[in-house]
Amino acid sequence: MKKQVGLFAEYRKGVWSQNAVFKQGLGLCPVLAVTVSAMNGIAMALATTFVLVFSSLIISSVRKIIPSQVRIAAFILIIATFVTIVDMVMRAQFPDLSKALGPYIPLIVVNCMILGRQEAFSSKNHPGRALLDSLGIGTGFLIALAVLGGIREIIGERTLLGVQVMPDFFEPWLIMILPAGAFLTLGFLMAGINGAAERKKRRYEQALVAEHMQPVLPVAETKEG
Amino acid sequence: MELILIFLSAAIINNFVLAYFLGICPFIGVSNKLSSAIPMGLATTFVMVITATVTWLIYNLILVPYNVQYLEYVSFILVVASLVQFVEMVVKKVSQPLYRALGIFLPLITTNCAILGLALFIVLKEYNFIEGIVYGIGAGAGFTLAIGIMAGIREELELADVPKAFRGAPITLIVAGLLALAFMGFAGMITV
Repeated sequence: MKKQVGLFAEYRKGVWSQNAVFKQGLGLCPVLAVTVSAMNGIAMALATTFVLVFSSLIISSVRKIIPSQVRIAAFILIIATFVTIVDMVMRAQFPDLSKALGPYIPLIVVNCMILGRQEAFSSKNHPGRALLDSLGIGTGFLIALAVLGGIREIIGERTLLGVQVMPDFFEPWLIMILPAGAFLTLGFLMAGINGAAERKKRRYEQALVAEHMQPVLPVAETKEG
Repeated sequence: MELILIFLSAAIINNFVLAYFLGICPFIGVSNKLSSAIPMGLATTFVMVITATVTWLIYNLILVPYNVQYLEYVSFILVVASLVQFVEMVVKKVSQPLYRALGIFLPLITTNCAILGLALFIVLKEYNFIEGIVYGIGAGAGFTLAIGIMAGIREELELADVPKAFRGAPITLIVAGLLALAFMGFAGMITV
């Protein structure tokens, strides 16, 4: 029997500890492709979150009706429907953004993060939980894209959301807005996050050792329950 | 001549992985050994060519005449998913050695965004039937090239002393960044 976690924890886990981009490396194609500016990143994340939240809601509501053999096809169809809606709305309301994001909006259909969430979570939980979970994952995705887009825009174009933030004598790095810059920035960001997590773990272990005044023992975790 | 340019453009200059960021998941996930990267690349190319053919036919013979282009995404993804399933069954029936080489990669290809991206790009660029197929072959060749080079580099990286924080995904992304830089050298060579 799986332990039920609190509702808020259901939301919070997607924001950081299970962040789709930084921790799980899912849905990287749009992350790398559209983050030439913070605005593009945010728009992409909002579109993806919309699709994720609504398809999670629908899929978790009909999860008992879908036969398990055809579930993947059914999930993809539901996701594709919402993607079509997003695409049409964006084309009508925000033609500039829609042009900037280009084919990456329809490619939300094959974003493995969305399908992964449906398979791992929505198809096994009731709609309320699925809603919170997908909102959490969406927030995490938004943070990742905004940070990446922000960094690339500040260094590559001296601006943030179109407002100049770097002094004039700062020479913009052209590489940051080129494809190579996306790979490099995400690589260094992930390394930084790994490094920080590593250090935190080490400090925790040291604190533990200091507290008990015992020689270092190999950390043997005993899982209970 | 036009066709050669389309092929080169898709394979090298606008490489699907390194310039368009399509198919990053297998590019990162399956690129740790050359012996699995090359079959993955070939399987993807195979599916890409068939997808280019079938989606072109569906778009121009069914969606356009009935004026239902808004069904593009839904129908393309369904076609890709069922096509991959179909290819898997045919390969299993026809050639056991080929199935053993490609089999495990085929299901992964369904969610490879490079496939759906290809179908969408062909519609976007308004290629005709032959151009579409050549574009598919070029995109597949480019994907195979990129994942092959990546796997070669990662096999060497196994022996390198990478800082702990960079191990795994980060160093792979940085190597990909350097590869993308190298491929930028081709930019402007031809314009399509």
